[in-house]
Order: sequence, then C-alpha cells, then structure tokens
Amino acid sequence: MFLDIKELSVTFKGPAETVKVLERLSMTADKGEFVAVAGPSGCGKTTLLLACGTLLRPTSGQILIGGEDPYALSPEQRGAFRADAIGFVFQQFHLVPYLTVFENILAPSVAKPLPTAEARATELMEKFQLGQRKDHVPSALSAGEKQRTALARALLHNPDLILADEPTGNLDKENAAIVIRHLRELAREGKTVLMVTHDESALDKVDRVLRLDGGRLI
Amino acid sequence: MNIPFLTLKEIAHRKLHFALAALAVALATGTFIGSLTFLNLHDRQTDLIMLEKEKETERVMADLREEMRKAGLDLSHNLLILPKNQNLKDFYAEDYAREDMPEENVDRLAESGIIVARHFLPSLRRRVEWPEMKRTIVLIGSRGQVPNLYKDPRKPLVQSVPPETIVLGHELAHSLNLKEGDQTAFMGRELTVHRTHPARGTTDDITAWIYLPEAQALFNMQGRINAILALECMCPIEGVTAKQAIEKILPDIQVIEMGTHILARQDSRNRAGQEAQEALERAVRARREERIGIQTLMAIVIPLVMIACVVWVGMLAYQNVKARSAEIGLFRALGVSAPRIVQLVLAKALAVGLTGGLAGGLLGFGGAARLAAGAQDEIALTSAAETLWNPALLGAGLLAAVFLTVISTWIPALLAARRDPALVLKGE
Repeated sequence: MFLDIKELSVTFKGPAETVKVLERLSMTADKGEFVAVAGPSGCGKTTLLLACGTLLRPTSGQILIGGEDPYALSPEQRGAFRADAIGFVFQQFHLVPYLTVFENILAPSVAKPLPTAEARATELMEKFQLGQRKDHVPSALSAGEKQRTALARALLHNPDLILADEPTGNLDKENAAIVIRHLRELAREGKTVLMVTHDESALDKVDRVLRLDGGRLI
Repeated sequence: MNIPFLTLKEIAHRKLHFALAALAVALATGTFIGSLTFLNLHDRQTDLIMLEKEKETERVMADLREEMRKAGLDLSHNLLILPKNQNLKDFYAEDYAREDMPEENVDRLAESGIIVARHFLPSLRRRVEWPEMKRTIVLIGSRGQVPNLYKDPRKPLVQSVPPETIVLGHELAHSLNLKEGDQTAFMGRELTVHRTHPARGTTDDITAWIYLPEAQALFNMQGRINAILALECMCPIEGVTAKQAIEKILPDIQVIEMGTHILARQDSRNRAGQEAQEALERAVRARREERIGIQTLMAIVIPLVMIACVVWVGMLAYQNVKARSAEIGLFRALGVSAPRIVQLVLAKALAVGLTGGLAGGLLGFGGAARLAAGAQDEIALTSAAETLWNPALLGAGLLAAVFLTVISTWIPALLAARRDPALVLKGE
C-alpha cells in the first residue's frame, strides 16, 4: 500500500468545545489507484486530505506514505518530503496572483530546486494545453485554465501522491470533465490520486469511493 | 525561481504598498541625513562667517592701530618731560616752563635703553616779544629730535632748524608777509626764513622755531632746556609704564601726558576695537546657540520620525502578510520551510529599506542644501557644493534605513511563518 492510514484521529480544541473531526479512520490506497472521498459538508474530508498532505498533524494514529511516516520527521524534513512526494490541487486553485502561468508551474522549485525545472514546466504546459497562456497572470485565465495550471504545478516534481481537494468545485461541467480525465490519466501512470469531492458525476470515473460521515468511514 | 525573483514580482504586483513603505523610509532617512547635513553645512557656514568677521575685525583693529600710530606722528600723543620743580598751574597758564633743566638729560634718555618712546625732542620754549615786528610770539629753540639709540633710526619726524634760520607758523608768516627764503631781523639777528608751516589751528600758528643753541644764547641759558618731548610713545595709553621708566632715568623731572583729547579719541578707538571684538564674540555665541537649538530639535524630531516610520512600515508589513496569506499557505504546502517564508517577507523589507534609504539620502542632501541656501545664499551655495556629497553619511543612512525596515517587518514575518497553512488552505 502506498498510502496507509491507521486509526487516524484529528481533534480540534476550541475555546468553547473540543471537536473530533476524524475518529479512528483507517484506509489505504495503492499506486495507480484513483480514490474519491465523498461525504456531506463538515464530515472531515478536507481534514483527511490535509492530514495525508502532512499539513495537519494527527491527534492520534499513523499515516504512512510510501512506507514513511512524515510526522516522524522534523518540520524541515517534512517540508522536503512534501515537496518531493506530494502534489496538491485545491478547489480555490491557490495560484500566486503575480506570477505567470509558466512561473506558477515553477513555484514548487522554490522549496526544492530542480535543474530541469523550466523544461519540465514547458512539457507540463503543453500537456495541459496552456502553451498559449504561458505569460498570462491568473487574473487573465478562465477557471478551467487556472485549475489546469494548478494541476501542472502539482506535477513539477513528479510526485507519487496527488491530493485534490474539490478540484472541480469551481468549474463548469466541461472543464470539470477535463480535470477528472487528467486525474484519471495520472492514476493510470502509476500515481496514487486521492480526491475529495461533492461532485457525484465524478464518482463513476474513480476506482474506489470512500464515504465519510461524522469523521468516520461509512 | 528564487526569493529575489519572487520579491521583485510581488513588488511589481503591489506597487502602492511598496511605494507607501518606501516613502516612509525615505522620510525617516531624509530627516536623519538632512539634519546631519544641515548641521554640517551650518558649521561650515559658521566657519566662513567667523572667518569673514575675524578678517573684518582684524581690518578694524589694523585701522585703529594705524590711526593710533598716526596720532603719535601728529606729535599729539606724546609725553612731555618738564623740570621737577616746574609749577604745572603756571605752565598751563603761560604755555611754557619757567624752570629749566640740563640739556644733557636728553642724551641720558637716548642712551638709557628706554624702549617706550621712539624719539626725544629737546626744546627751550619762551613767550617773547619780537621787537622788530612788535609781536608777541612763542619762540622754540629746537635741535630736531634725538633718535632713541635702541630703536632703528628712521627718517626724522621733525625737521631740525638749521643755524641762522627761522621756521614760522602760518599766522606769523601770513601776517608778517614772510615766505621761505626771506631774510628777517629777529631780536638783533639776521635770520633766513627756512620754512613756513600750513595752518594748524594751534599755538603753532604764532610760533617761531630757531636753532636751539641760538635760542639758548639769546636767553643766556647755554646748555639748558625747559622741555623734552617724547614722541611716538608706544606705551600704554595711560603712559604709566613710560612715565615710570623715564622718571627712573631722570629723577629730577616730571612727566606729563599730552593731548588728552587725543587720548580720549584713543579711548574711543579702543572701545571701537573692543566692540568689534565683542561683536565677533556675540556672533560666535549666536551661532553656537543656534547650533544647540538645531541639535535639540534634531534630538526630538529624528527619533519621533524614526518611531513613526517603524510603526507605519510595520503596519504595512502586517497588512501585506495578511494579503499574502493564501500565497504563503501555498508555499508552505509546496514544502517551503518557515525560515524561507521569513526570508521571503524580509527580502521585501530589504528592498523597501534600500529604495527608501537611497531616495531619503538624496532628499536629505538636497533638502539641507536648499534650507541652507535659503538662510545665506553665497556662503551656503559654496558650502553645499563642497559638503553635499558625503558617502559615509549616505552609507550610514542606508544601513539605518535597512535596519529599521527589517526591524519593523520582523514580527509580521514571524507571524507569516507561523501561520498554519492548513487553516489558510481550508479557507478559514
């Protein structure tokens, strides 16, 4: 199993109350597998994704990625691990507003320099049909182009794990279908793709659907 | 893709923010550099003003000294040496001394080493009747001046009267219709008019001068004189020192200062000299007080401006970090470490500091020169040209600007680095 989650619990302690967002959740995902996590709002889908992305330390339990426990590493090591092994795609795109498409795709090289970064970015631009938008800033792009740019960015270091949080949430049907198709291809290429989604129409494009409710898998 | 590249891109994207921050830094740096430059220019102006005033004072003093020297040359400020037993009340009433003293007193003075008077003029002075002309005149027997042997001999101040000649005052010559070269009988002797003086407005106008031995023979007073004039007295105005010196050489004499009205003029000249000195000192004090005032103002204004700059730049930095939350969260998600995030934020602070510091430096130098030029044009322009460019001060200003900006941005940078990327990316 490439992604192995064991008894994962995430609890937030607020000023008034303690909230258990995830409770003793266990799941796995293999290389080349396209897994969707579905469930109502507030069920803990994004929290699960962020925990898998090494951005949210579990209260208890363990997450192994490629056999490695990233939360056993120092913050700097964990950052390097994340840069190398994980690619993120967000619902809000989170493109840097003052960088062009080409420069946004190169953004991960700030964390981990890549000698062939520019060649790789060019290749990704072609793959996602962004060649003609190379020098455009995000404000000049359509929603679909923004999300394809985010996808290309996520793949700069050719990570093994792709985490997509509602990637089609701000897209129309056509662009949503394009993004799902690309994620599907990435899984076929041997990557592990974990996608959080509300989009029921995307669920029949995945290999497996995990349903979450109240912090637990149902 | 590196931090400098990202910094420049972000600055280009948020120009107004950068401009506001750089402006604050420029104002702070400009105030700092401008104040110090203005102080330097003020000092240079003070030096030039003082130099001018010192030259002026020296000119005034030199004029005074020349006037005083000429006053001595007018035979007006001199010491009169009379026989000790001469009653001064009678002397002033009759305008000559009835008592007499040895002529050798003159030689004793000349050989004595007195250094306070340059020349000694022995004379035998009487009020007499010129029988041939039926006129009462003042007759002075003179043999010219005896130079002080301890001074460099110079051209005589008073021309001696040659034997068998007579020198006439203006009124005498004019009223008796005598001119140079004329022969005239004087108390039974035939004398040639050697010279006539122009009008002096004193008793000199009714005075005749003859050769001293001839005067002594006329009065049967061979080897005797009744007055010695010490000329070009270089003693202090009161003459105390000269008087004491002369009385030491000749115990049987008395010394009188002559020309009190000239002494009064010398007093006023000295007062004028003193006033010139005091004016210089007042100017120095005024410039010094002005400098203290400027320094005091600087001591208040500069820190206030610096603090305001730090607060303003800090607020702008905090605002910037907030606006970049999503971007910073993304970079953290991409694996950029917290220290690198701090570097990213501080890199912009460095750019703000350098830009604002440089602009402020130019503003400071230019502003100070303009202020100084407004105060005193010629001197200021000269000073400004010479002192405007101070690389060391600009360097210090730049360092201070960068330091202030980094300090202002430090906390916002730490806050940015510590912000949980998960919260940002979740949109909370």
